[in-house]
Amino acid sequence: MAKELWKGNEAIAEAAIRAGCRCYFGYPITPQSEIPEYMSLHMPKVGGIFLQSESEVAAINMVYGASGAGARVMTSSSSPGISLKQEGISYICSAELPAVIVNVMRGGPGLGTIQPSQGDYFQATRGGGHGDYRVIVFAPANIQEVVDLMQDSFELADKYRMPVMMIMDGMIGQMMEPVEWKKPPVNPEDLPAKPWATTGTKGIHEPKAIHSLFIDPNESNDHNMRLDAKYQRIMADEQRYETSETEDAELIFVAFGTPARLARAAARLLEEEGIKAGVFRPITIWPYPYDALYQAAAQDSVKAVVTVEMNTGQMIDDVRIAVRGCKPVSFVGQAGGRVPTPQEVVAAAKSALGR
Amino acid sequence: MAIVYQKSKGLTDVELHYCPGCTHGIVHKLVAETLEELDVLGNTIGVAPVGCSVFAYKYFNCDMHEAAHGRAPAVATGIKRVLPEHIVFTYQGDGDLAAIGTAEIVHAAMRGEKFTTIFINNAIYGMTGGQMAPTTLVGQRATTAPLGRDREHYGSPIRMSEMLATIDGAAYIERVTVTTPANIIKAKRAIKKAFQLQIAGKGFTMIEVLSTCPTNWGLTPVEALEWLNNNMVPAFPLGVFRDITAEEAK
Repeated sequence: MAKELWKGNEAIAEAAIRAGCRCYFGYPITPQSEIPEYMSLHMPKVGGIFLQSESEVAAINMVYGASGAGARVMTSSSSPGISLKQEGISYICSAELPAVIVNVMRGGPGLGTIQPSQGDYFQATRGGGHGDYRVIVFAPANIQEVVDLMQDSFELADKYRMPVMMIMDGMIGQMMEPVEWKKPPVNPEDLPAKPWATTGTKGIHEPKAIHSLFIDPNESNDHNMRLDAKYQRIMADEQRYETSETEDAELIFVAFGTPARLARAAARLLEEEGIKAGVFRPITIWPYPYDALYQAAAQDSVKAVVTVEMNTGQMIDDVRIAVRGCKPVSFVGQAGGRVPTPQEVVAAAKSALGR
Repeated sequence: MAIVYQKSKGLTDVELHYCPGCTHGIVHKLVAETLEELDVLGNTIGVAPVGCSVFAYKYFNCDMHEAAHGRAPAVATGIKRVLPEHIVFTYQGDGDLAAIGTAEIVHAAMRGEKFTTIFINNAIYGMTGGQMAPTTLVGQRATTAPLGRDREHYGSPIRMSEMLATIDGAAYIERVTVTTPANIIKAKRAIKKAFQLQIAGKGFTMIEVLSTCPTNWGLTPVEALEWLNNNMVPAFPLGVFRDITAEEAK
């Protein structure tokens, strides 16, 4: 199929509709507002629901209600708005409902800036709201990957009955790239039934209740342990990553999203200077591909591991967990809306190698 | 032997956790009877709040969805938009609806969301132990207003029914109470009308029920009913504040 030129945010929205999403609730915030704008025009054309909410808090709770009623539903926002959604995400995780949440990240903290950032890594990968929970987090590095991962996001959300988050820096939302629509559109009517949804007893089954209240501490503990067992299964089965030239590399860059592209550019510059550098790119940042990264870093050829991030160093914690001290780990990055240059990344790599 | 009265099929057999003398039980019964009489129990999804009625999802004999504090109208919006042919209601207290969830209820009314809200106003936070509510009367004592609500410090109680009645999307707004058999009959009539208008697709409907909290008011159940009549009714007048059918009939 021919490639088409798509703006990131609009591609996200179109990909969701093609993935069978028929329900979107959201609130305007830069740099993701093209998502609700696109949805407002195109969702009604497929008989879907678009609703602009009064707040991100309301939007995520509309998602909570719609998901409970059985809909394939999503919301999107950018960093400050995702903070507001955390309460609802915690409830959705505990109530075990599927949903897809897109975060087109901007610089923070506070009101921050509208420029691209990866400052929400901790928030996305450590739960973000109150209580013991996780969400599956995809971190695509280009618009094609956003599109390719959207259907997977909805399928995993249904499979594990939990939110799947897709996070990307604002650059991916705002730029245009060629996109190929590889997968056939999903017809929502073909999706598996959701016997847990609250759609009325019809007088034939016992009433169902969607809730997250377990007032008895033993019940609450059992609930948490059961959720954790699910998270452990996901950690075992759903890690995704990509490697580029990591075999026999002298230096390994670790980066997700846009910085992974910068790291590849930096690796090419290093190659011109006779330094073999590879890039390890997690595609899921939760579950994090710890073992695969360890294997790459533990090679005899590797002298240093450098993380490249658009924040002050957040994923580096997971990189250190993965590398387990077998190689030195250092960080290069820019925070709050600035994008690192390949030259800065090259300089950090040389410094890590003592050159 | 003829059966002259029995529990509504709209309630489960789970024992209510409400304090003695609390009027939540009466209101639950009225909602349950209404759903049964309208023959919509199998087609209804209720939304339980956070507050004393947090366990409502165990008591109503229909599918239920428990919301975060104040967010019931947003959850109900999501449900009703996905299932427009179903009956959806929220059951919320004054802290839930008039404090933390003010934005959600106002905007649900603004959009004319076609669900019914049962708003229990007992002028206090019950579940957390008698703290001041936005509906607490001036001078009324609460555990966070031990000397009584001070108008200079906290303003006056908010009248949600009057406020929401100014919104075009609201189809029916009435304030009732359940302090006497006559009032209970009126409350039942109001609740039934609200659900009927929801079924007719008229817009947002809310019935505010002035309710007692003997435990946190520090009164006996009988004294609480008297206190409600003598103090709450003057501050929160009973009556219909918006009725789209009356306007349509003109």
